[in-house]
Formats: sequence, structure tokens, C-alpha cells
Amino acid sequence: MIDPNLFQLVCFYAFGAVAVLSALAVISVRNSVHAVLSLVLTFFSVACIWMLAEAEFLAIALIVVYVGAVMVLFLFVVMMLDIDMEHLREGFVRFLPVGLVVAVVMLLEMLGLIGVRVMHAQTLGANPAGDSNTAWLGKALYSQYLLPFEIAALILTVGVVAAVALTLRQRQGVKHQRASQQVLVNPRDRVRVVKMAAERPADAAPAQEPQA
Amino acid sequence: MITLSHFIVLGAILFCIAVAGLFINRKNVIVLLMAIELMLLAVNINFVAFSRFGHDVAGQVFVFFILTVAAAESAIGLAILVLLFRNRSTVNVAEIDSMKG
Repeated sequence: MIDPNLFQLVCFYAFGAVAVLSALAVISVRNSVHAVLSLVLTFFSVACIWMLAEAEFLAIALIVVYVGAVMVLFLFVVMMLDIDMEHLREGFVRFLPVGLVVAVVMLLEMLGLIGVRVMHAQTLGANPAGDSNTAWLGKALYSQYLLPFEIAALILTVGVVAAVALTLRQRQGVKHQRASQQVLVNPRDRVRVVKMAAERPADAAPAQEPQA
Repeated sequence: MITLSHFIVLGAILFCIAVAGLFINRKNVIVLLMAIELMLLAVNINFVAFSRFGHDVAGQVFVFFILTVAAAESAIGLAILVLLFRNRSTVNVAEIDSMKG
């Protein structure tokens, strides 16, 4: 029988390795569509890691909201735009050493700063959420954090309006109906009945054009 | 046994990969946006880990709000990107310099 703690650790390393490798693929592959798909894999592995940390609600929300909506939006935009990739990768090799040096130095500094050894003493104890992570989170969200929750909803609404307003295009030279103006038309503006005196017959008129 | 340092180290590694991505893909706006998403994800890992190990719900609530704001941010960012591509036919950062003094 396998030790559950060991199994958890093996799962963590497996998902963590997949997350790191696919994150490396995101920043290094040539094709943007492949980069988006790698990002989806990263999000999925991190969701699995959150599952190991017993944050089930956020893990599922990450998959449903992020992989299902935001990444599909990314994929949609990347596929819709016809991007010249070769031209965009010109500086790749030139900036590779700089990027690597900055990333490695930053990683070493972070690891030194946070003190891995001290954190290593903290093991996964009893779950503070009790039975249900969703109930734990939901109770906090709808009582203590109700105002921020409503503001988050407002931010999403503003985001939708802004995205639509940015991409809405008024095309020039397109003929279309204006229903409101059609309804508002007064019949008297269109047809005018004119009363006038009767005309004389045509042969009585003196000015006839001469035949050529 | 999974410890807190496992999560923190994973978050730090992902964050540094995202920073490296910002440096080496500095011409392509789409990859820059994806690197920012990756950074937010790395920060979220830290929040979840500290919430779980510190027995406090605030961390997970904050992750919820970060996800909300990041979704709005990427929607607006992609809208700006589409607008940019429609007007300039490029997503190259080096060519978008009309505000340069």
C-alpha cells in the first residue's frame, strides 16, 4: 500500500514539472497558437496543484473561467489576426541572454529572500475549510467581503462595456434604415396638395417650338 | 509530505519564467499579454498556499478577485490589440511609436 503523503508529493512534482515545462513552451515556441495551447496546459496543471492544496472551488473556477473563457478568447484573437511571426521574432536570440540572466538572478534572490528552509517546516495540516471548501469561501465572500464582491461584478460589467465600445466600428458608406426617423415622418412633409387655377388647353398656347 | 516551500518555489519559478518571457518576446504583444497572465497565476499559487497553510480564508478570496480583474484586463487588452491590428496591421511593439516625442 502506497503512503498517501508520498503519493501527494509525487503528484505535486508531476504537475509542477508539467506546469514549468509548459510555461517555458509559452515563452519560447514560434507559433502563437501553440503558445496559447501551452498556456492552457499550464493553467490546467496549476489547477491540479490547487486541488492538491484542497482549494477545490478555485481550481474548478480556474479551469472553467480561465481555460474555458479567457484562453478561448486569446485563441480566438490569435487565430483571427493574421500575424507575421517571423518578423516578430527578430530580437529573440539577441535578448535571450538578458532574459535568462534576469530570470535566474531574480529566482535566486527570491529563494534566498523567502527562506526555503524555514517554510519547509510547515507541513500540510488539517484543512481549515472543514468539509466543504466552497462553503468556506462562499460564507466569507457573501458576508465579510460582500462589498468587494459587488465591486468585482461592477468591474466585469465595465470591462464588457469597454471591450465592446473599443471594437465597435461605425462603417462609412453603408446604407441602412433608421426606424425611428421612419416612424416620426409626417405625411404632410411628403405629399403636398396644391390648389391652383385650371390651365388652358395646349393648342391655345402661343409659344410652340418650331419643327426642325 | 508537501510543505509550504514547495508551493512558494513553484510560484517563484513560474514568475521568473514569465519575466524572462517579457524580456525575450518584447516585440509580440500577444506573448507579452500571455506572460502577464502567467505572472498573475504564479502570484495566485502563493495566495492559495498561504491561505491553506495559514488557515485564513482571505487568501482564497483574494485569488477570486485577482481572477476577476485579470479576466477583465485580458478582455480589454485583447480589444485594444484587435483595434491596434485593424489600424496599424501589426502587433509589433517596436513599430507602435506614434506617441514618441
